[in-house]
Amino acid sequence: MNISIPILSQIIWVPIFAGIAVLVVGDRRAQAARVISLIGALAGLVVALPLWTQFDRAASEFQFAELSPWIPSFHVNYHLGIDGMSLLLILLNCITTVLVVIAGWSVIQKRVSQYMAAFLMLSGLMNGVFCALDGLLFYVFFEATLIPMFIIIGVWGGPNRVYAAVKFFLYTLMGSLLSLVALIYLFTVSGGSFSLLDFYEVQLPLNVQVLIFAAFMLAFAVKVPMWPVHTWLPDAHVEAPTGGSVVLAAIMLKLGGYGFLRLSLPIVPDASHELAWFVIALSLVAVVYIGLVALVQADMKKLIAYSSISHMGFVTLGIFIFSAQGMEGAILQMISHGFISAAMFLCVGVMYDRMHTRMIADYGGVAHRMPVFAALFMLFAMANSGLPGTSGFVGEWLVILATMKVSFWYSALAATTLIFGAAYTLWMYKRVMFGAVANSHVEELTDLSSREFFVLGVLAVAVLAMGLYPAPLGEVLHESVNEILRLASPGRKLLIGM
Amino acid sequence: MQYITPLAPAYAEIFLLCMLCAILLLDCFLDDEQRGITYVLTLLTLGGCAIITWVTTTTDPVFTFSGMFVSDLMSSMLKLGIYGSTAMAMVYSQSYIRARDMFRGEFFVLTLFAVLGMMIMVSASHLLTLYLGLELLSLSLYAMIALHRDDAAGTEAAMKYFVLGALASGMLLYGMSMLYGATGSLDLARIADVIEEGGGDRTVLVFALVFIVAGLGFKLSAVPFHMWVPDVYHGAPTAVTLFIGSAPKLAAFAFVMRLLVMGLGADYLVEQWQWMLVIMAVLSLAIGNITAIAQTNLKRMLAYSTISHMGFLLLGVLSGSRDGYSSAMFYVIVYVLMSVGTFGMILLLSRAGFEADKLDDFKGLNARSPWYAFMMLLLMFSMAGVPPAVGFYAKLSVLWAVVDAGFVWLAVVAVLFSLIGAFYYLRIVKLMYFDEPVDASPIAPTASMRWVLSLNGMAILVFGIVPGGLMALCEYSIALSLH
Repeated sequence: MNISIPILSQIIWVPIFAGIAVLVVGDRRAQAARVISLIGALAGLVVALPLWTQFDRAASEFQFAELSPWIPSFHVNYHLGIDGMSLLLILLNCITTVLVVIAGWSVIQKRVSQYMAAFLMLSGLMNGVFCALDGLLFYVFFEATLIPMFIIIGVWGGPNRVYAAVKFFLYTLMGSLLSLVALIYLFTVSGGSFSLLDFYEVQLPLNVQVLIFAAFMLAFAVKVPMWPVHTWLPDAHVEAPTGGSVVLAAIMLKLGGYGFLRLSLPIVPDASHELAWFVIALSLVAVVYIGLVALVQADMKKLIAYSSISHMGFVTLGIFIFSAQGMEGAILQMISHGFISAAMFLCVGVMYDRMHTRMIADYGGVAHRMPVFAALFMLFAMANSGLPGTSGFVGEWLVILATMKVSFWYSALAATTLIFGAAYTLWMYKRVMFGAVANSHVEELTDLSSREFFVLGVLAVAVLAMGLYPAPLGEVLHESVNEILRLASPGRKLLIGM
Repeated sequence: MQYITPLAPAYAEIFLLCMLCAILLLDCFLDDEQRGITYVLTLLTLGGCAIITWVTTTTDPVFTFSGMFVSDLMSSMLKLGIYGSTAMAMVYSQSYIRARDMFRGEFFVLTLFAVLGMMIMVSASHLLTLYLGLELLSLSLYAMIALHRDDAAGTEAAMKYFVLGALASGMLLYGMSMLYGATGSLDLARIADVIEEGGGDRTVLVFALVFIVAGLGFKLSAVPFHMWVPDVYHGAPTAVTLFIGSAPKLAAFAFVMRLLVMGLGADYLVEQWQWMLVIMAVLSLAIGNITAIAQTNLKRMLAYSTISHMGFLLLGVLSGSRDGYSSAMFYVIVYVLMSVGTFGMILLLSRAGFEADKLDDFKGLNARSPWYAFMMLLLMFSMAGVPPAVGFYAKLSVLWAVVDAGFVWLAVVAVLFSLIGAFYYLRIVKLMYFDEPVDASPIAPTASMRWVLSLNGMAILVFGIVPGGLMALCEYSIALSLH
């Protein structure tokens, strides 16, 4: 066989076809479905690894590019390519998928094959978003991710899952539909091309840029999510099964940040600069206000959901500072948040599977019964509060530093997260883990199974490694960030007098 | 323009008429056990028509019957769509009509007459043929809706459809007569020429246009001429609803193209009908999508969903460009594919004495049959316009044409209403996947139904992943049919 499938197509289609294979196996042969999904998820990771080794860190253009016509009458191409930012997010996605499959191994007993297939397909589709260099292809992948997530929340979710699933779907659809109109408009003004690379070069007057920016903003702000369009997230997280929460927090939220960097900034740079104050203000509200909201939550999952929103505020803040440092910080924050939020949700999942409650008040003294778990959870809680030496520190520190160069007050407000973050995370940790054993249910808790230990252990290693030695990630990002900043420089594509 | 005496462009219609008479006669000699022969013959006839249409298709338009009848690429494509969707409708309906004592010659003969009417509509290049085709179609449909004679709802629906249909035909005829008065011809090409040369009184022409658009609005089921749709969809036997909701939409599209674009396509008239269609499209999108939310009966819900889809179709037409027309053609073909599949799902779940037309009848379908639940999921997401289902590309191409024509605000309106529309399609997915089944009876379709329905569902996905071919075909056939 001499037919070689290009690597980016592999990372998109291997998980999707694995998902189809799992569906074919069916729910009756649950164990076989689990094994095939694990193989599929691992295969997805294995095909993605060469990206890391073969990636040219000194190049600024898109790498591993693939281009073939897809819808000729619209000049839409199947155009793929990645830069450093996409590379990191793809790897994060592939790793998370493996962990989610393992985490759902014994917890999920209902419709196993559909559960696993939904995650595998979701993984492939999200890889597609990170690879797409064609506006329409990007949009198709971006939207298609809604379907499996909708099913995941609605079928395997909690008691109020229907409300949460529909809210999740309609909120995100609302955001993205207007961006579709913006993409179509760009298609007509760019002379009939959907290629992002062509969109990067279109000259646009400022008022048009502002409208396009607003359309993109709505799509990505809902996804990030930014205050005040964040309200779907706590609902979705609370009702979703553990795996769903993990993927939602670790990867799906990143689609928003990625969208800002891949579409908004390079396509409408002037509007982005004009309106940066607005995005920064919303980000600061998220960091401060949502941090305070997190403090008063009684439900652990809800608390972590709000903490996610607050941490994602750093991502949008870092992006709209328009400095290399801030942008790198934002991307590192996305990666780090991917590991930490995944770990935090898995930790809650571990307890929920045993106790069937997420209320902080139902716990107390868990550390006495689950010492190994307590140690790992401690590490993740520390990382969530941004302790130096963990991955949570790197991104936040870079963003605060970059913000300081722009305005003291921005950075002072942003830095409050170090206090609030520590407050809500550690206070929750204290109430759940320490103190006397609260009740007979806690008394009966058993420590981590080997499967749970493996999943949390991998994440712990990742969190520490990234915290102690983030340089390799930085190396991958430098050129990509510089390129995005170059594209986003004001006046580059401003059309005056139209 | 090329006139040829031979009847080659009309071979398919002639074949269909001959077969129809043969089936009508043969059916008299069959008893109830042998009725299957009629069914098979009907399918064979449709297959034969497809082959003839395929073979006699020419790239350039060919006229016959002194220019009253035309065969161009657009008509051939639409005819193939009509045969295909009718054949699918027959396969889906088979068990349903057997269980309801409607498995009779009348059903098949009336269906074939309706198909003949549609074919004539699609190929008409003269107001007279256009009207004849339309009436042949309508009369067959009136009878089919009331086929279940003792059913009060069905009879009421047929009555309503008949009265309102007659009214619409009247308006259409009135408009056509004014058109004749202004231009002195019934031939569409001739009418276009006269108007182009500046002939005809403008006031009269615009008046004629108003009446014609009103008649078209009725046939397309666009607001404010939509009142009959929910009652007819609801009251008619599901097998007939399936038929009404599919192939006639293709014919209605051709009707709009022939009358508005080929006949009344002069610039100042385009300006007039463009705005009429804008109003109808926006109202259809609004009322169709919002009212659908309140429905508990699936057939009624789909009726309102049809109205909103026709709003989208009108958006494509009103762009007034070739891209707009081809996007509308793509939209209508995709819509018919989705509509046939969705009604097919209702027929799949129904059985003797049980209609399966309530939303709640879809509860827990995923637990009863994951495969059909998945098919319905694809159909619903396609109707809602979520990629990668093909419905997304249909909406995309229409939106693109609308933006290209300078109506960005219209695209925004359309998008907002399709967001509202997404809610009620999602509700069906929710019922199928998130709820537990209330009805545990096994789903046992016939083999032919299983295969055709599965193919129908997969087509939604396959055309969604590679939509290029069908889009290009629509573009090509519109480009060659307009001149």
